[in-house]
Amino acid sequence: MTESHATEPILKVENLVVSYGRVEAVRGVSFQAASGSLITLVGANGAGKSSIINAVSGIVRPKAGTITFEGRDITKTSAHALVGEGLVQVPEGRQILGTLTIHENLQLGGWHTNDTAAIREVYERFPVLAERRDLPAGALSGGEQQMLAIGRALVARPRLILLDEPSMGLAPKIVDEVFRVIEEIRASGTTVVLIEQNARRALRAADHGYVLASGEIAHEGPAADLLADERVVQAYLGV
Amino acid sequence: MQQLLNGLFTGSIYALFAIGFTLVFGVLDRLNLAHPAVFAVSAFVGIELVEVAGLSIWYTLPIVFVVGGLLGIIIERVAFRPLKNRPDAHFAGLISSIALAGMFIALLQWRYGPNTRRFPADSFPSTTFTVFGAQVTLLQVAILVISVALMVALTLLVAKSRLGRGMRAIAENPTAARVLGINVDRVTMTTFAISSALGAVAGALFAMNVNSAQLGMGTAIELKGLAVIIVGGMGSLPGALVGGLLLGLAEVFAVANIGSSWRDMVAFGLLFLILLVRPQGLFGARKVREV
Repeated sequence: MTESHATEPILKVENLVVSYGRVEAVRGVSFQAASGSLITLVGANGAGKSSIINAVSGIVRPKAGTITFEGRDITKTSAHALVGEGLVQVPEGRQILGTLTIHENLQLGGWHTNDTAAIREVYERFPVLAERRDLPAGALSGGEQQMLAIGRALVARPRLILLDEPSMGLAPKIVDEVFRVIEEIRASGTTVVLIEQNARRALRAADHGYVLASGEIAHEGPAADLLADERVVQAYLGV
Repeated sequence: MQQLLNGLFTGSIYALFAIGFTLVFGVLDRLNLAHPAVFAVSAFVGIELVEVAGLSIWYTLPIVFVVGGLLGIIIERVAFRPLKNRPDAHFAGLISSIALAGMFIALLQWRYGPNTRRFPADSFPSTTFTVFGAQVTLLQVAILVISVALMVALTLLVAKSRLGRGMRAIAENPTAARVLGINVDRVTMTTFAISSALGAVAGALFAMNVNSAQLGMGTAIELKGLAVIIVGGMGSLPGALVGGLLLGLAEVFAVANIGSSWRDMVAFGLLFLILLVRPQGLFGARKVREV
């Protein structure tokens, strides 16, 4: 990596537009993530958060805009290639392969790397998965499935991990656990982009936040400032 | 005893044909109706290899396997991939694969004409065995062994290998497979190639078994293959194996005990009977699609 890259953000999204047919879900969004930081995109349902994540990870092709990862333009790079390059998504709703075993799910996380050491590390981090490695993943509870989804992404040894609503549908105690894991991932040097409806919680964990409304960025700033901003709290973080 | 063995030989070919059919259905949720054309094309290719190139029937089988694989790639690229993002991709693929099958058969007719083709007279080994008082040729034994070996190999591939894991991931959730970094297009293409390679070997073995190949042979086995995978449970590999053997046995017994015109009546009657008792098919216990 050259000197200029080191100071550049690991992820840079510029003027991103995502549309489904005539409906524009994302309307010219720009944001960036410094290497090793935890940033969050918050906003109500339908604000365009998942569309942004899916565009970055190559699942959805953007209509306009550019996405740069580690200095390279990845706007048109396919999803499977991006995983090989270290950009991995933990999808909304976990997307566990329930008929495959836990171990097979983790092996699939290493489709490109075939990294058995990485699978061992995931088992050390989540002993509950190691105990049940040969059971169908569908037998796990919701919280355990979320751990599997995160573990599966870590097997690819990502340098950037995108988490789409990791706390969705989980009990408060499990949500604490998920956030603890997210902070551990970040502490290990991996850059994290977190999407959450649980905006307060996400902003408390993040360095920098972006508040989305109707496919546009309504507010941005250091996460602590957003939490302290009365207007933001009133309009977007209410209840 | 003779009937039982004859039923097993024919049934193993049905099973090999059907297992390729059901593989694509189980992994990709698509019915590839060009599969019967691969069956027919490979029979003619097999005869050509023996007749013109002078190869022994044993050497033709691996070549037919490879030819089948290439046809599978063509089918995927031409009949399925361009249509995969359409909302009616199921139906579109069904129709376009029928169209491609028609083109394959038309090419056969252009090259070989409408007549039945046979292997040259001395192509088959003359060795015969006596098993429990029944006459069995070396060729028949080979058909059974090759079919079962290929099906076992496929089952192991799906259950144990990286490629097999990828297939099962796509079968369960294609979007999750993409997110995980699986090259879904490549695994899809490989699945078609394997499926067609098995269908091709089935076609060549079938032609050897009855020592003839006709343009319509794919059409004749198409319904049987569909019946086998429905009886076995759509997308189930063991279901296709058991279903194929059952169909082969049922046909042979119907011919021997009732009369040859009752063959299809009994075979397809059995289909309805099994579906009445077990609507999900013999091995289709789970609701989830499986390979």
